[in-house]
Amino acid sequence: MAERILEVDDVTLRFGGLTALDSVSLHIEEGEILGLIGPNGAGKTTCFNVITGVYTPTMGEVRFRGSSLVGLKKHQITRKGIARTFQNIRLFRSMTALENVLVGADANHSSGVLTALFRSPKHRREEADGHERGMDLLEFMGLAGRADELASNLSYGDQRRLEIARAMATQPALLCLDEPAAGFNPQEKAELMALIRRVRDRGYTVLLIEHDMRLVMGVTDRIVVLEFGKKIAEGTPADIRDNPAVIAAYLGVDEDAS
Amino acid sequence: MDFDFLINNFVGLTVTGLALGAIYALVALGYTMVYGVLQLINFAHSEVFMYGTFAVAWVFVFFHGKQADTQGLGSALPLLAVSLVAAMLLSAAIALLLERVAYRPVLKRNAPRLMALISAIGASFVLAEVMGLRNRFAGWFGLDDDLDNYVAKARDVYSNPVTIQPEGLFSIGDYAVKDVDVLVLGAALLMMVALDQFVRRTRFGRGIRAVAQDPESAALMGVNSTRVVQVTFLIGGLMAGAAATLYMIKIGATRQNAGFILGVKAFTAAVLGGIGNLRGALLGGLLLGVMENYGSALFGSEWKDVVAFVLLILILLVRPSGLLGESLGKARA
Amino acid sequence: MTAPLTARDRLALQWVGMVERWNSLPRASRLLIVLLLALLFYALPLLRPPILTTQQTDFGGIMFSSAALALVAVGLNIVIGYAGLLDLGYIGFYLVGAYTTGVLTSEHWHWPFFLVLPVAIAVTMLSGVLLGAPTLRVRGDYLAIVTLGFGEIIRLIVTNVEWLGAARGIKDIPHPPTIGPDPKPPFGEGGLFTIPHLSWNGLIPSLDENRGTRFLVFGAADAIPYYWLILTVLILVLVADKLVKNSRVGRAWEATREDEDAAELMGVPTFRFKLLAFAMGAAVGGLSGALFASSQGGYINPLSFPLLLSILFVAAVIVGGAGNRWGAVLGGVLVAYLPERFREFADFRLLVFGLALMILPVYRPQGLLPPARTIRARVAEREIELLEGGEDTGPTDDGLDGPEGPDGFGRTNSTGKVG
Repeated sequence: MAERILEVDDVTLRFGGLTALDSVSLHIEEGEILGLIGPNGAGKTTCFNVITGVYTPTMGEVRFRGSSLVGLKKHQITRKGIARTFQNIRLFRSMTALENVLVGADANHSSGVLTALFRSPKHRREEADGHERGMDLLEFMGLAGRADELASNLSYGDQRRLEIARAMATQPALLCLDEPAAGFNPQEKAELMALIRRVRDRGYTVLLIEHDMRLVMGVTDRIVVLEFGKKIAEGTPADIRDNPAVIAAYLGVDEDAS
Repeated sequence: MDFDFLINNFVGLTVTGLALGAIYALVALGYTMVYGVLQLINFAHSEVFMYGTFAVAWVFVFFHGKQADTQGLGSALPLLAVSLVAAMLLSAAIALLLERVAYRPVLKRNAPRLMALISAIGASFVLAEVMGLRNRFAGWFGLDDDLDNYVAKARDVYSNPVTIQPEGLFSIGDYAVKDVDVLVLGAALLMMVALDQFVRRTRFGRGIRAVAQDPESAALMGVNSTRVVQVTFLIGGLMAGAAATLYMIKIGATRQNAGFILGVKAFTAAVLGGIGNLRGALLGGLLLGVMENYGSALFGSEWKDVVAFVLLILILLVRPSGLLGESLGKARA
Repeated sequence: MTAPLTARDRLALQWVGMVERWNSLPRASRLLIVLLLALLFYALPLLRPPILTTQQTDFGGIMFSSAALALVAVGLNIVIGYAGLLDLGYIGFYLVGAYTTGVLTSEHWHWPFFLVLPVAIAVTMLSGVLLGAPTLRVRGDYLAIVTLGFGEIIRLIVTNVEWLGAARGIKDIPHPPTIGPDPKPPFGEGGLFTIPHLSWNGLIPSLDENRGTRFLVFGAADAIPYYWLILTVLILVLVADKLVKNSRVGRAWEATREDEDAAELMGVPTFRFKLLAFAMGAAVGGLSGALFASSQGGYINPLSFPLLLSILFVAAVIVGGAGNRWGAVLGGVLVAYLPERFREFADFRLLVFGLALMILPVYRPQGLLPPARTIRARVAEREIELLEGGEDTGPTDDGLDGPEGPDGFGRTNSTGKVG
């Protein structure tokens, strides 16, 4: 059995009287693609937000490679090796595609004002490294030709892919994708599935929130199902498909609804 | 630090501080409501207030003449009532003009928010300069002689010819509470309560809260946001006019640049209470007025403004969205 | 909703084209052009070109204050334009720089000018960090009032503290050292040689025998050497600004301005970078203040630093086009130069300036000289609008509406929805 890269241990999150997450536990193994599914409002994105430090859990523990993430700042968590995309695209719109990716790559850099002023070897090394890695990722995503285009001028699909590239540029061990296929047509979705597999083949572990059951079933190794902030099922896609609780949760919910 | 002075004059400092704070609060409403609806710092609101103060002095010059006089609050009351109406009307007119000329054209063009601020700063300069050059403009029309009492020495301090002499109304301990302070505080509180009820209970009030919370949904629900914005400016102007009258009762003189520092203070009061929050503006204004007075007593009056801003910074450190939080209906993220 | 490309859009595109053509020139020719331009700017107060030259006030002095305000605007542009922090109290840093210089060179000590300069910058940076550390966590608009308060507090402190000269101010702040022999009137003008000025008869230039600038005497008589000094500083700061902007630091600022949460989640320690922007801006402000203190008059008092001047600084940055260093330079020069050039309307200067500030946002919502990429983005948006004109917007377009992020000043569509 592979090493557990991330463990969410009995996490509860309350906002005032509302319990958004209720004793949720899950883990992700090195190199797998874990799907996180559930009806709207089940707490999937909230779960992401707890992992990436946007919210601090009311109770419970989040561990990354054995060390706790609770109480760390968002940028510290990113620098530890967890990166994410957003359900509603949040690129830096007035920056070029390449610059967006460079911001991600800069998570591994440390040059500052002085090194920039004197064009120190470290600064030049890091700039070169960022550009190389950035262009490589843009190429991987099929965006190399649009590197100097402003993010706001990219097509919708390109913006979604650029978000993934930006997250990958931080060199995360764990990549969290929040509904990366939202708004895609079936063909685009299929292409994205293939892309996610290739991302995994590059050595990333992937946590995937997705609404589209077909997509989830096709690409994930394991699935965790949330409903009303509680985990109701966990297992391989085949297990989940036949799980009565999951079927009940999704009953009447159109698979393609988004 | 002069603790004895503070303790010996505690009641007096508190009462006059509350009266001053009530004026801050009324002006703060203009900032807080516009911010709530448009997320804009209404930089020119200080000028709306300044025009109100001139309206008060003009009314007294018109009905009473230019000769200096001292009256008690009672005998000045009829003219004060007239000047209250005049100041509220003039300030409201200026506020509406501002909305039409300085804000709407900019917002309509989807300009960056900073640009609306620049337009407001420009409008503030223009309004102050028009007042400061009013003798020149009158001269263009050959009216400077006729209007001499109103426009001469346009850049100097312009006083209400009638000085209102405060009189003790009742005593708290050794301190005789002045009628002027009671009037200022009472009138301001009355206005605030009326406005609070207006925003809470009327259809327009609901419209304002709806636009403040979510302009797009409000528009979809049929709220006329342009009208809501106008009403917001109108209310801000009316309140600034009232504040101007109370200010002239207490201070008695004004100037074309009198709005600036008072505006900064009032905006501070709005932020202190939680911008967008009407009751916060009241709380922030009163607190600011009182603390300024205590601060002057302790450190000397030259440190009054420093006390105000240090207080602001301290409170924002503890409560980043002001004392009562931000809302014009409900808190927003 | 969808208007065809206007003449203005086409003009904007031409401008973008020019910028791109410029970027594609060989490095050597770009360098040559820049050098020639710089030389022209150095010579400007000597050439005294007609129309441009102010007749009623000393042209060299106007050039000095224009360059000085340009320097201030470049510094404030780091804070407002790059990092998106609305600082209304920038005058406070200017004041700290000036007073540090005054105290160290005249009031209490007699340090040499070039030693004081770095100290003044360091002290101002420190004051920026001290102000920023507690206040940069509050929301953007609150920062505006907090910084405004800071500007006022600092002014009140120097007005009331006797050790800092109080209301009488600090006088006899020494000039920068002269190159060549010191002037000893009436026996010698000092400096190495005299550079003559031009005078114009219509369009015919001739050497003006009555006017000349001694190279290089910093004194009360001639503002031109100060202009050269501050122009040199401005050029150095612009180079530094470019180097920093095109680095990790500049990208972090821009990302933070665009979407603070997303930047944070991409590993940008946003608070630290905002503080850095504050400190860098403060450093340039302090530098300008120090230069101002040791300029012609050698005299500063609290009245030299009204809060209104702070508002003018902000106006200079935004008028020029926040986020573009050349826009800041242009804005600074215009705000300093225009009122002096039209001194005959002296009484109406502020009124006209106010009107200009009101008109600009309507006709140039992005400022006079916005970053080229902003223009490109706007024109591209218009083109897309044109292509889609009339069509029902599909579901995919919703995603383009962007984040409901925290208050980014740079974003263009956050308030327009109400109007």
